[in-house]
Amino acid sequence: MNEFVERKIALTWRAPKRAYDVVIVGGGGHGLATAYYLATRHGITNVAVLERNYIGSGNSGRNTTIIRANYGIPEAVRFYQRSVDLYASLESETGRGIMHRQKGLLWLAHSEAGVRAERARAEVNVAFGTKTEFVDPDQVKRICPQIDITGGGLWPVAGGTYHPEGSTARHDRVVWAFAEGAMRQGVDIQQGIRVHSLRVEGDRVTGVETDQGPISAGVVLSAAGGHVTTLVSTAGVRLPIRTHPLQAFVTNHYALEFPIIVASATLLFYASQTARGEMLMGAEIDRQPSYSYRSSHDFLQHCAFRAMTLLPFLRNLRILRQWTGVCDMSPDYSPIMGKTGIDGLLITTGWGTWGFKAIPAAGEQLAQLIATGATPELIAPFSLDRFARDRTMADRGSAGTH
Amino acid sequence: MSFHIDCPHCGRRPVEEFFYGEVASENESIAGADARNLDRVFMLDNPEGIATERWFHAYGCRRWLTLRRDTRK
Repeated sequence: MNEFVERKIALTWRAPKRAYDVVIVGGGGHGLATAYYLATRHGITNVAVLERNYIGSGNSGRNTTIIRANYGIPEAVRFYQRSVDLYASLESETGRGIMHRQKGLLWLAHSEAGVRAERARAEVNVAFGTKTEFVDPDQVKRICPQIDITGGGLWPVAGGTYHPEGSTARHDRVVWAFAEGAMRQGVDIQQGIRVHSLRVEGDRVTGVETDQGPISAGVVLSAAGGHVTTLVSTAGVRLPIRTHPLQAFVTNHYALEFPIIVASATLLFYASQTARGEMLMGAEIDRQPSYSYRSSHDFLQHCAFRAMTLLPFLRNLRILRQWTGVCDMSPDYSPIMGKTGIDGLLITTGWGTWGFKAIPAAGEQLAQLIATGATPELIAPFSLDRFARDRTMADRGSAGTH
Repeated sequence: MSFHIDCPHCGRRPVEEFFYGEVASENESIAGADARNLDRVFMLDNPEGIATERWFHAYGCRRWLTLRRDTRK
């Protein structure tokens, strides 16, 4: 048996009950991880995860699977480093292979301003607990010989940062690992059940209305990705979230090994190699808000052009597939986790284009919030009320794509 | 995501010729200037359905138009 062959997942399906302690809307990585940590860390198992399609069918199955902690603000570095650490031990904890590979990540700068920003990033990262070092163009070339450091004459590489803990993992496997782990503890995972609205009495949430009837709950967590505003608006909650499509594509098999992740915040482009040998690339969100999963040729043209100026070997490859996810973008490019002002209604949103890497840490911290009722210190800076308090967590330069 | 926009001056043109020009919304029902400003700056309607938007035909007639668009399509 090799790493590509998957053991059958031990999932048991039941009809939904009419009441739970905790209902989680959205069966993606974030929802399932929260259920998993609720069950394994806090013994709370009267939990349902309600997924309208199949688990991992949304952005958890559509992202580019990059795990990193090289953010630009202290609160984010600490939070994402927790996620990097949890990912590194997830295989041994769950007994499920997630194909976790530590590859190292090169984050390129193409201007004086970019170099200054990368020097600052390295300082902030080291000061707050992750490993990032500044590298000059020669070092970039040594770390990744395939890069054209003249940038095709258009975007010469002026420097960058190297983040050795940059990793990738197989996204479906992450979803299944958390789903299986949660189900083993007695969590109900329901597929093909659509939540229409939230039930609210006074300023307290009492459950959800679904296409299979009402389900009551003490706590409701929205982990619904790009559909979060539609859901919480039924409880009168307004969020600083707008839903934008994000596209990605893979090429055919690249015969050589490409053992690193390359990203450029100037070119809004990033590339890595999948376990199957395909080159996986993505770019920025589409400008206009949309809930559509349609892809565009315009994106392919722009993204492929930028990719080939930095990595000329890509010219010889062919694009096999492209796809789209709908992202919950926050105005400061940081997530929004925790309480909403309605008792019992929690959100985990604003995951925009950077949600996959945060799955274990966000799940762990939200589980702690649900179990104790108090917001953990690690995610307190990312609460919804930061916008009213004028304490936004602006970190656009670290989102990678925007 | 790609689609066409019916420009009143130029006819049916691909979306790549246009710039998305945002939506201005002010929720008069919110009490208090601070709360109303917070809502106007940050809290967005983000409709999953018909949205009324401003678009600029940058690579065409260079005029602004108001568009009703289904964000699910």
